[in-house]
Amino acid sequence: MDLPTSDIHKQAVKSLDTTSLLTNAARQRDARKFETFPIVDVDCHHYENESLSEIVKYIDDPVLKQMGMLYTGGGTGGQSPLNPGGVGYQDVSGRVTRYPLRKTETTPGDDQHRDVHLSLRWMNAMGVDYVCLFPTPMLSLGLHPQPEVEAGLAKAYNRWLLENITSKEERIKTMMYVPFSDPEAAYETVKEFGDHPDVIGFMIVSVRYHAVHSNAYMKTYALMEELGKPLGFHSNYNWNDRLVGNSNRFLVTHALGFTVYNAVHLCNWVVNAMPERFPKLKTVWIESGLAWIPWVMQRLDNDYKMRWSEAPSLKGLPSDYMREMFYTSQPMEIPDNPDVLKMTFDMINADDQLLWASDYPHWDMDVPSVIYDLPFLDERQKRKMLGGNAIDLFNLDVSKRFPNYKPV
Amino acid sequence: MAKEILVGKASDFKEGDKKIVPNGKTSEIGVYLVHGKWYAYANLCPHQGGPACEGLLMAKVEEVIAEDKTYQGMRFNHDEMHIVCPWHGWEFDIADGQAVADRKWSLRKFEVEVRGEDVYVIA
Repeated sequence: MDLPTSDIHKQAVKSLDTTSLLTNAARQRDARKFETFPIVDVDCHHYENESLSEIVKYIDDPVLKQMGMLYTGGGTGGQSPLNPGGVGYQDVSGRVTRYPLRKTETTPGDDQHRDVHLSLRWMNAMGVDYVCLFPTPMLSLGLHPQPEVEAGLAKAYNRWLLENITSKEERIKTMMYVPFSDPEAAYETVKEFGDHPDVIGFMIVSVRYHAVHSNAYMKTYALMEELGKPLGFHSNYNWNDRLVGNSNRFLVTHALGFTVYNAVHLCNWVVNAMPERFPKLKTVWIESGLAWIPWVMQRLDNDYKMRWSEAPSLKGLPSDYMREMFYTSQPMEIPDNPDVLKMTFDMINADDQLLWASDYPHWDMDVPSVIYDLPFLDERQKRKMLGGNAIDLFNLDVSKRFPNYKPV
Repeated sequence: MAKEILVGKASDFKEGDKKIVPNGKTSEIGVYLVHGKWYAYANLCPHQGGPACEGLLMAKVEEVIAEDKTYQGMRFNHDEMHIVCPWHGWEFDIADGQAVADRKWSLRKFEVEVRGEDVYVIA
């Protein structure tokens, strides 16, 4: 097909083949012998919007279901009643070619879902053994003006995902989407899906304006803690935000948005002493990179010492609690001075708390070598960050692929 | 020891074309004809190892700033063409292979020789 580019004539490009695109990742996999230890990707994606006509059939509310079926069937023009996501172009106007070419990739017309085929292609190329799969446009669903739409669509998506994707491929797991706009629906989600073996945790999309410390959520956190599965906050951008969207360049709204939403939730989580209220509930901060964490640690500690009376339930510095939280690595900043990254790793206790993530197929994805090639890590540290820490956190059974696996 | 890799016939290339040729079993070289000049670079991005030469060839983007310093839009400058890595969008100046965002990073450059009708890359 032809892609419009800057040139006077269009450039002809081949159809997308994920395996071919990732040939160099497969070479890295082989050169580093990734097959000798388990690699777990804690944050990757599919495009659930491509299956929305299947998903809306799982909606309970008959009126919402009819609207969803109409929208995904004949269409209703340019508007979407289901997706509040705003403007954006993550593919840098087609420069990241797997976006515009996505629809050209073919998959076998067998019983296996296309999303399973596509996931396994990139997983195998990178040498990834297990993944935690998340949606894409639904990462903006926390902005939907109708809480009942988030609740209804989330429940349908969760059911569809377990029935059609995770149950068909044991290497694909998920942290269940929690419809946070509706506290009761959030609780019911954890109650309905919490015991499912493919559900390794729970996920709140961070782009929203709800307070994580609201009393309305306490029973939900208590239930998560009782189930022994972690809670993740998955960030995103929002160009319609009046602060972090206050830029004419996607670069800015992405660089800030993905960090600031999680920073706000994390600060509220800490100063309201949620780790003291729910000491066994582990939290994971997803897709904000790493550079923001030392910033927040220093700011919170500094203010906390002057304003102790505002966070009286803490029994240590905010950074002490943050050091016990988990962080996914992607998109991992690579500063010119490697000492900066090493200092960040030290500050967050990366040996035990860092979880490698690819974010594939999104534009700022990381391959496993971003961790494996770091000069200041030894082999044991690399294996923990690439898989061991996630296996411990999620209590993952990796015996089918690694029968003799022992904790790193 | 340097080896010569036969790329193909010069007449098979038109302006802006590229051809990716194997360099051994586990690497490739992208050969380009841009503005009448030949260029060759390793198909390996220094960022995370992406197949840079499999990406688009795009003109440099420039801001149009008026004399009064006001922003007037953007334009393409076709005098400077960029190889764009398809994995993450890193852009490299076709003239020297340097990453335009941070010129201490670059694609590995190879020499190209045209003898008669045949194009060779020296690897």
